Amino acid sequence: MQFKIVSLIVVALFYCVQANAQNMQKGKKIYEAKCLACHQADGGGVPNMNAPLDAASNVVGKDIARLVRIIRYGYNERIALDGFYYSNAMTASPDLKDNEIADLLTYIRNSWSNKASAVTIAQVQAAKKKK
Amino acid sequence: MYKLSNLLLACVFAFSVNAQENAGLRLPAGFSATLFADQIGTARHIAINDKGVLFAKLNNANKAGQSIVRMEDANGDGIAEKISGWGKYGGTGIYVKGNQLYASSDDAVYLYQLDANGEVTNPTAPKTIIQNLHSRRQHASKSITLDPQGNIYVNIGAYSNACQEKDRSVGSKGMMPCPILDSAGGVWKFDGKKENQSYAEGKRYATGLRNVIGLDWNNQTNSLFVTQHGRDQLNTFYPTMYTDAQNADLPAETMYEMKEGDDAGWPYVYYDPFQKKKILSPEYGGDGKLEGGKNALDPLVAFPAHMAPMALLFYKGNQFPAKYKEGAFITFHGSWNRAPLPQEGYFVAFVPFKNGKPAGEWEIFANGFAGADNNKTPRGAKARPCGLAEGPDGSLYVSDDSKGAIFKISFNK
Ligand code: HEC
Repeated sequence: MQFKIVSLIVVALFYCVQANAQNMQKGKKIYEAKCLACHQADGGGVPNMNAPLDAASNVVGKDIARLVRIIRYGYNERIALDGFYYSNAMTASPDLKDNEIADLLTYIRNSWSNKASAVTIAQVQAAKKKK
Repeated sequence: MYKLSNLLLACVFAFSVNAQENAGLRLPAGFSATLFADQIGTARHIAINDKGVLFAKLNNANKAGQSIVRMEDANGDGIAEKISGWGKYGGTGIYVKGNQLYASSDDAVYLYQLDANGEVTNPTAPKTIIQNLHSRRQHASKSITLDPQGNIYVNIGAYSNACQEKDRSVGSKGMMPCPILDSAGGVWKFDGKKENQSYAEGKRYATGLRNVIGLDWNNQTNSLFVTQHGRDQLNTFYPTMYTDAQNADLPAETMYEMKEGDDAGWPYVYYDPFQKKKILSPEYGGDGKLEGGKNALDPLVAFPAHMAPMALLFYKGNQFPAKYKEGAFITFHGSWNRAPLPQEGYFVAFVPFKNGKPAGEWEIFANGFAGADNNKTPRGAKARPCGLAEGPDGSLYVSDDSKGAIFKISFNK
């Protein structure tokens, strides 16, 4: 009995992790196509110009709705991010679907030194309703 | 065994000492460098007075709350031991003419008075020479230089990449004519002494320049030279026309001699260094081959794409070998828009000049700013070369605006 439960948990965990790995992979593809030019392969951005995503408190933070809006509508405000200002205008990606934004956010929240919860499609949809 | 580990230790020791030789820079034979100052803040342009007191303009006020840093090497060992500062506003431009020190914020130019020791006398009450220039996030820094008559030239960068209706957006067309050019995307000329000037009192001296950070007056030709940052992201917005590899090499970073009224062609064209032509921007109907810009200048020098020329300095001194006399030094900050290909730049280049014209290929003069591990990512690079100044003894100073190092480069004879 004990053995069965453990193996069930192991199997369930395995599927979770695998789903995550798949989402991460899809997110990475989108990152490379649409974000890497500015935010760089190391997620480090460009000082004074393009904000870093690696070790950025907002990126691993709780306000998922804000992250969704930034990706969908772009971002060009004079605002300090972790104490620094960035001068470039971020390109909007209005064409990305909800599941793609979820994968992309899961990817940037769990790459480089970032470790944060995965983002679900439901969270992306909830963000849309708020707007 | 003991011997071997000793040997290893000795090797490691020798290596780390070597890594610091010439402050970590690689230089042509006969040159040496010292770390004149370190960690002073985000040091953009630098300027020096006739006694060798060096001033740096910081992009943001440093931990001490200063945005103009004064550095003095009284004992002449190549390292500044007297460091002080003033000013609260961030900016890029700085210029010293006798006892007058000009410094810029992103929307104004101020004038300070220095005393006989190169100490500022009015740190909190400078004269406002120019004010209310556009500062709209992108390309907001204001570089400055003066001509011998005392006119001041100010770069007002375009607050845009390619003058699209919606900046940096896929499929957005270029505006025709580009409305930015009436008040930015060029160099403006003002009286270096008159106070409180703005657009109405100044004059658009040259146009069609996306963003100039390096500029210098050439006394031989008696004219203004500038280096332009070429446009970004051809591959992002036109992936069917430009591959990642093509974008990494297009367009060239360019140097121009700008006479009054000249036009360098932005945003309508960019310079392709392989076809050696001014190519119509895709935002304006170009396809990578169609030419444009009939009335626009061709560059005097074309450098590899995206390396970001930050300062231009014509060498007037006698310390360096004859080949360097009257030639141009240019700092290259280091690229970001070559990604996903490896980044480039992070060095100081040299272009030989004769009779006011380039006389030979450009070459790398000082390299190694990215650091011992040669990490050429914008975040990872140890130093990002920015400002240039020539000391009264002919030494060359280079600033780094990421960690705030100042390098002093000398020739040892
Ligand atoms: C043209 C360059 C550019 C591109 C392309 C770009 N960004 Fe950005 N990004 C920026 C800049 C610049 C900022 C900061 C903007 C500001 O301060 O207003 C930023 C900010 C952000 C932030 C907020 C960071 C924080 O600390 O709050 C996130 C998240 C982000 N970008 C994600 C992305 C993602 C995901 C993509 C790809 C879909 C992307 N960016 C594409 C330039 C870009």
